[in-house]
Amino acid sequence: MFDSLDALLLARAQFAFTVSFHFLFPAFSIGLASYLMILEGLWLATGKGVYANLFRYWLKIFAVVFAMGVVSGIVMSYQFGTNWSVFSDKAGPVIGPLMAYEVLTAFFLEAGFLGVMLFGINKVGRKLHFTATCAVAVGTFISAFWILSVNSWMQTPTGYEMGANGQFLPGPSWIAIIFNPSFPYRLVHTVLAAYLTTAFAVGGVGAWHLLKDRTNPGARTMFSMAMWMAAIVAPIQIFAGDMHGLNTLEHQPVKVMAMEGHYDSHPDGAPLILFGIPDSANKRVDYAISIPKASSLILKHDLNAPMKGLDRVPDGDKPPVGIVFWAFRVMVGIGFAMLGLGLWSLVARARRKLHDWTWLHRAALVMGPAGFIAVLAGWVVTEVGRQPFTIYGLLRTANSASPLDAPAVAASLLAFVLVYFSVFGMGIWYLLYLMKKPPEAHESTLDGAPIRTAGITPAPAIEGGEG
Amino acid sequence: MIDLTVIWAGIIGFAIVAYVVMDGFDLGIGILFPLFKVGKDRDTAMNSIAPVWDGNETWLVLGGGGLLAAFPLAYAIILPALYAPLIAMLLGLVLRGVAFEFRWRDPAHRAIWDHAFTGGSAVATFAQGVALGALLQGISVQGRAYSGGWWEWLSPFSLLTGVALMVGYSLLGACWLNWKTEGGLQRQVVTYAGRLGIALLILIGAVSLATLTLEASYQSRWLSWPGVLATAQVPLATVIVTALFYRSLSRQRDAQPFLWALALFGLCLLGLGISIWPYVIPARVTIWEAAAPYRSQLFMLIGGGILVPVILAYTAWAYWVFRGKVGSEGYH
Repeated sequence: MFDSLDALLLARAQFAFTVSFHFLFPAFSIGLASYLMILEGLWLATGKGVYANLFRYWLKIFAVVFAMGVVSGIVMSYQFGTNWSVFSDKAGPVIGPLMAYEVLTAFFLEAGFLGVMLFGINKVGRKLHFTATCAVAVGTFISAFWILSVNSWMQTPTGYEMGANGQFLPGPSWIAIIFNPSFPYRLVHTVLAAYLTTAFAVGGVGAWHLLKDRTNPGARTMFSMAMWMAAIVAPIQIFAGDMHGLNTLEHQPVKVMAMEGHYDSHPDGAPLILFGIPDSANKRVDYAISIPKASSLILKHDLNAPMKGLDRVPDGDKPPVGIVFWAFRVMVGIGFAMLGLGLWSLVARARRKLHDWTWLHRAALVMGPAGFIAVLAGWVVTEVGRQPFTIYGLLRTANSASPLDAPAVAASLLAFVLVYFSVFGMGIWYLLYLMKKPPEAHESTLDGAPIRTAGITPAPAIEGGEG
Repeated sequence: MIDLTVIWAGIIGFAIVAYVVMDGFDLGIGILFPLFKVGKDRDTAMNSIAPVWDGNETWLVLGGGGLLAAFPLAYAIILPALYAPLIAMLLGLVLRGVAFEFRWRDPAHRAIWDHAFTGGSAVATFAQGVALGALLQGISVQGRAYSGGWWEWLSPFSLLTGVALMVGYSLLGACWLNWKTEGGLQRQVVTYAGRLGIALLILIGAVSLATLTLEASYQSRWLSWPGVLATAQVPLATVIVTALFYRSLSRQRDAQPFLWALALFGLCLLGLGISIWPYVIPARVTIWEAAAPYRSQLFMLIGGGILVPVILAYTAWAYWVFRGKVGSEGYH
């Protein structure tokens, strides 16, 4: 019994570790691919060199991010089987086809055109190269579509039938499976999060270089573009997050109870706990600062609406409250900080000092990595919040794992930790090194080599940096 | 009604062939990498695969994802059974995958990433070979789950298949470089290809003979009369293809040795198919027992039928863009 418990905990730790590392890279590359598509499109449309240089600058960073995303993603696609074989056997007929569609419609598209995008500009000409960039960008979005559909089905399973052998089988409609109730909300919220993450990373890099040289045209352009994204997307994201939360309340109310820290039921209006320390042993939130009835107002749009609490849920069906409660506050806090910076940038723009307001640049620099933290925090909220189930309400995590001995999982977890920290640690170091270099007027191609003039198509001339 | 299970077995088989055809040579180049001179030769070897390795590895994801979708029970039994070699393979692929980018980003530590590239490629290849051997020799199954320990995969046979695959991928890598490079590097890999061809032939013979001793069903499949008349064509064809391979090598052809080496791999995979059909886990689980329900098969078949040809078309285009001999400054 102890052995199986240990193996289960280790398998969960391994999945959490590998998926958290993995998630950082697509969160960046989804946004970055779209950003590159826009930069190259602007270059084609306007002919301004600054866009070409920024494209080259961020392409080098994209190549490193994408490589790390690919290799950490291959691990995920096999880990379902190696560590969660019972889940794979039971859910395979439903989620397997969706994941196969992800490979067929997204992974091949990205991989097939990535080589041309990275190395082919001198070989295929501008328009075909732009097509390749678009294909990669669209591929990253399609990938998010399918994998979030799978994840959402595990959170809000619909459209299935139970087989005599214990498998979940697809019902007559695949639409009912793919577009399960939480999927549209999760897709919008997650893709917007990827865009915001990228916007703040780009904005942070731009701010860093503006602090050193306010006249750098590349830094000015990237900072301005990033701040537009922040000002426009942050409020949309907060709205989308609210909608997602209401959807969760409808389909996974226990998760919302954990997010809110509601150990008790509130028959006449639940308070909104801003801060506090959840104490699951005594089932209360210590040192709580709360606004009476505000939770009912936000979630039910009625001050006196009754809200059930965790006291109505059997102990065996509860997620761990503390981690969900804290991760949720981290995510929301960062979301509002993002909104604040976006508004600040609008003020700066109105006062014509967007590129000269040192404190704005410092704030943007600090907020550079904020998106990554928010994305991970959000992921923790939704994944820990649906425990103790892998398929919500139907298949328990404890009944999903592979029949592996604890030492086997312990050894693999250790190997993953060592390899990931050293390899991806170095990779992140290289990213920071690339970001530290200012965008130059004649930005080099991927290798740092001079722009080549040989090739099947003559190399397109790159104008100087002034756009 | 057409048996979709058989079609899906064919598609998974095709994905495996496509994976071996495409990723085999770039893993092989990784294994041979320390033998190339530091500097121009290594950069050239790397450039010859940099634009395509990612697409090549996607076939491995399709193999895994397709197995989950079409034969979930097989996926759920095989992957835990091959736990150690598969985790080793994944970590090897992580190391070699990032090395493509990192060696250019950090010239001061290029030697480290070159080691990572070789080490990762070698481990991934060996692990794939071991996994294949472990599958062939049989997996303990009880009910719907794997029932063996976490060392069951380890045997002299699985180690032999591991070594054989390393030699085989190295041969593909050498032949690919013969196609894509010129001068000293090309002369160097032609020599390797000649030696690796002999080594591979010996190992194919050894693995084939050892396979016959593993399961009674393998023996009867290959050796019983009159089936042997058909199955004997496989070793016969192997000998003929090997002869053609050496002829093209001695005539200093660019592409032909690579294509003949691929044909050799094709025959090995055909032999593998003959041995285990119609099982997906030899002697334990048939493809029909492991198959996903009809609705899952049909839904994927519609997508796969449309998309796989499209994928093959744009993959071919990407290869076409980077056709011809490669320079050392090349795309990087």
